[in-house]
Amino acid sequence: MKILVGVKRVVDAYVRVRVNSDGTGVDLTNAKMAINPFCEIAVEEAIRLKEAGAADEVIAVSIGPQAAQEQLRTALALGSDRGILVETEEEVKPLAVAKILKTIIEKEGIDLVILGKLSIDSDNNQVGQMLAALCNYPQGTFACKAELQDGKIAVTREIDGGEQTVQLDLPAIVTTDLRLNEPRYASLPNIMKAKKKPIDSTTPAELGVDITSKVKTLSVAPPPERTAGVKVESVEELVNKLKTEAKVI
Amino acid sequence: MTILVIAEHDNSSLKPATLNTVTAASEIDGDIDILVAGSGCQAVADAAAQIAGVQKVILADHTCYEHQIAESMAPLIAELGKSYSHILAAATTGGKNFLPRAAALLDVDQISDIIEVKSADTFVRPIYAGNALATVQTEDAIKVITVRTTAFAEAEQGGSASVEASDFVAEQTMATFIEEQLSESERPELTAAKVIISGGRGMQNGENFVLLEKVADKLGAAIGASRAAVDAGFVPNDYQVGQTGKIVAPELYIAVGISGAIQHLAGMKDSKVIVAINKDEEAPIFQVADYGLVADLFKVLPELEQAL
Ligand SMILES: Cc1cc2nc3c(=O)[nH]c(=O)nc-3n(C[C@H](O)[C@H](O)[C@H](O)COP(=O)(O)OP(=O)(O)OC[C@H]3O[C@@H](n4cnc5c(N)ncnc54)[C@H](O)[C@@H]3O)c2cc1C
Repeated sequence: MKILVGVKRVVDAYVRVRVNSDGTGVDLTNAKMAINPFCEIAVEEAIRLKEAGAADEVIAVSIGPQAAQEQLRTALALGSDRGILVETEEEVKPLAVAKILKTIIEKEGIDLVILGKLSIDSDNNQVGQMLAALCNYPQGTFACKAELQDGKIAVTREIDGGEQTVQLDLPAIVTTDLRLNEPRYASLPNIMKAKKKPIDSTTPAELGVDITSKVKTLSVAPPPERTAGVKVESVEELVNKLKTEAKVI
Repeated sequence: MTILVIAEHDNSSLKPATLNTVTAASEIDGDIDILVAGSGCQAVADAAAQIAGVQKVILADHTCYEHQIAESMAPLIAELGKSYSHILAAATTGGKNFLPRAAALLDVDQISDIIEVKSADTFVRPIYAGNALATVQTEDAIKVITVRTTAFAEAEQGGSASVEASDFVAEQTMATFIEEQLSESERPELTAAKVIISGGRGMQNGENFVLLEKVADKLGAAIGASRAAVDAGFVPNDYQVGQTGKIVAPELYIAVGISGAIQHLAGMKDSKVIVAINKDEEAPIFQVADYGLVADLFKVLPELEQAL
């Protein structure tokens, strides 16, 4: 079985981002970049399946700038077998990402695709679902548990009211939620080994995918600022203020 | 313009998220139809018909829609959606699951999680866990959108829409529903509660959540949690507030033993009044709190219960 995992280069989850001065985006100059945390969970899940003998090969794909090589190297150091970089300096919207991934699935013959449920920069939560539609595969989104059984995969999904389990035929698309697993750290020897693992480079155009989108970002603004209020000294004072000042209880 | 709103429901009752979504639709300015897809859900369609401003309810009542599995919902929405200018669903785990799949079938991008309607083609949505707000414009012929429910008021009752049945059936075998484990609670739902009291890692264990429950009982509040509390197994995952949990905006949000990481703030900083109880006066949660109490929660919670 071949598994494809998506790896997106995003700003580190703990960096406090700010809108740039001309209001066109956020200022990422010198910001620490990382694998999107949900993608990291996807890589971990794939590697566990390989370690359990259920998968033969784990291919990591990243769509992004040249520098996304770094994130692919991390995915390789964690245990992926090889990488594919679909290089572009443009922002690629979810539908185009899905179209690119579809061409790779077709070329490589993939049985299971594991993606993050969202990337923490654009917060879209769309790619897995769109890819599933384009391939006409079933989808197990927001997974907190995934188990292969008799050529199918049972996925437990985090839903608003609790959890839901669905059983999917393979090939299938799974998107990860935070509690699916706890990703490992790459060991030094594995980081060294990863340097020798292959990364193929291609472009959206070479794959025949038009990445222009009909959605344009007109402007980006900071959210309304919330300012710190007052410190109260006691529970009594707190309850008083909530009753008479804030009038919320 | 005609707008199709996908109803959120459990086959027996219409969920309030539908009402928020209808309000977002009404700000786009066009005729509003609602799709109720489910199984044995006539009562939901009847309830949807009473929402003010709704013209028509389309009822797709078939066992294949019973659990609103995306593999069946998406073809239905894409088929019906062809004759609409906009398709809207609440950004709940339901809408987030099936709507992008429908958008891809229609070959259009989706605009996720809007918090404002600027015009029929321009919307505002948070990015970077709410640290920035993007104004986006789409030229797609069919605009597919999920709606952050806390950003829109609930639509009023008082409509009398017609109910029309759809005979479109999207049976499939690639995905099978196995089971659902839903949290049972007498308390208000997190996303609909006027008051929420949330606990974090500072609660130390699940048993200690009783301290929050006692306060919640007095306030008629829902109980929430940080990711750390959920990961540690203190409470189930559906309690989680934040970027990856629920987005809430109650009148009053009380954060207890929660440090205030950006991902947590992303889910609650639009609350009207925020109270933070934390023993660390440097905790970032105090930067967004209207009222901060620097104290040990184990001392303060029983006092709070008494004082209410
Ligand atoms: C991709 C991603 C998504 C995430 N999504 C979410 C999300 O949706 N929601 C979310 O909440 N987090 C999310 N997180 C995690 C987030 O970054 C924080 O790790 C988490 O919110 C911390 O939870 P906490 O505040 O309960 O724990 P901590 O940060 O450990 O804070 C515990 C607090 O309790 C206080 N405390 C301890 N004992 C006491 C006491 N006796 N009395 C009073 N105060 C006490 C401490 O001073 C401290 O401030 C996400 C992280 C990532 C990377």
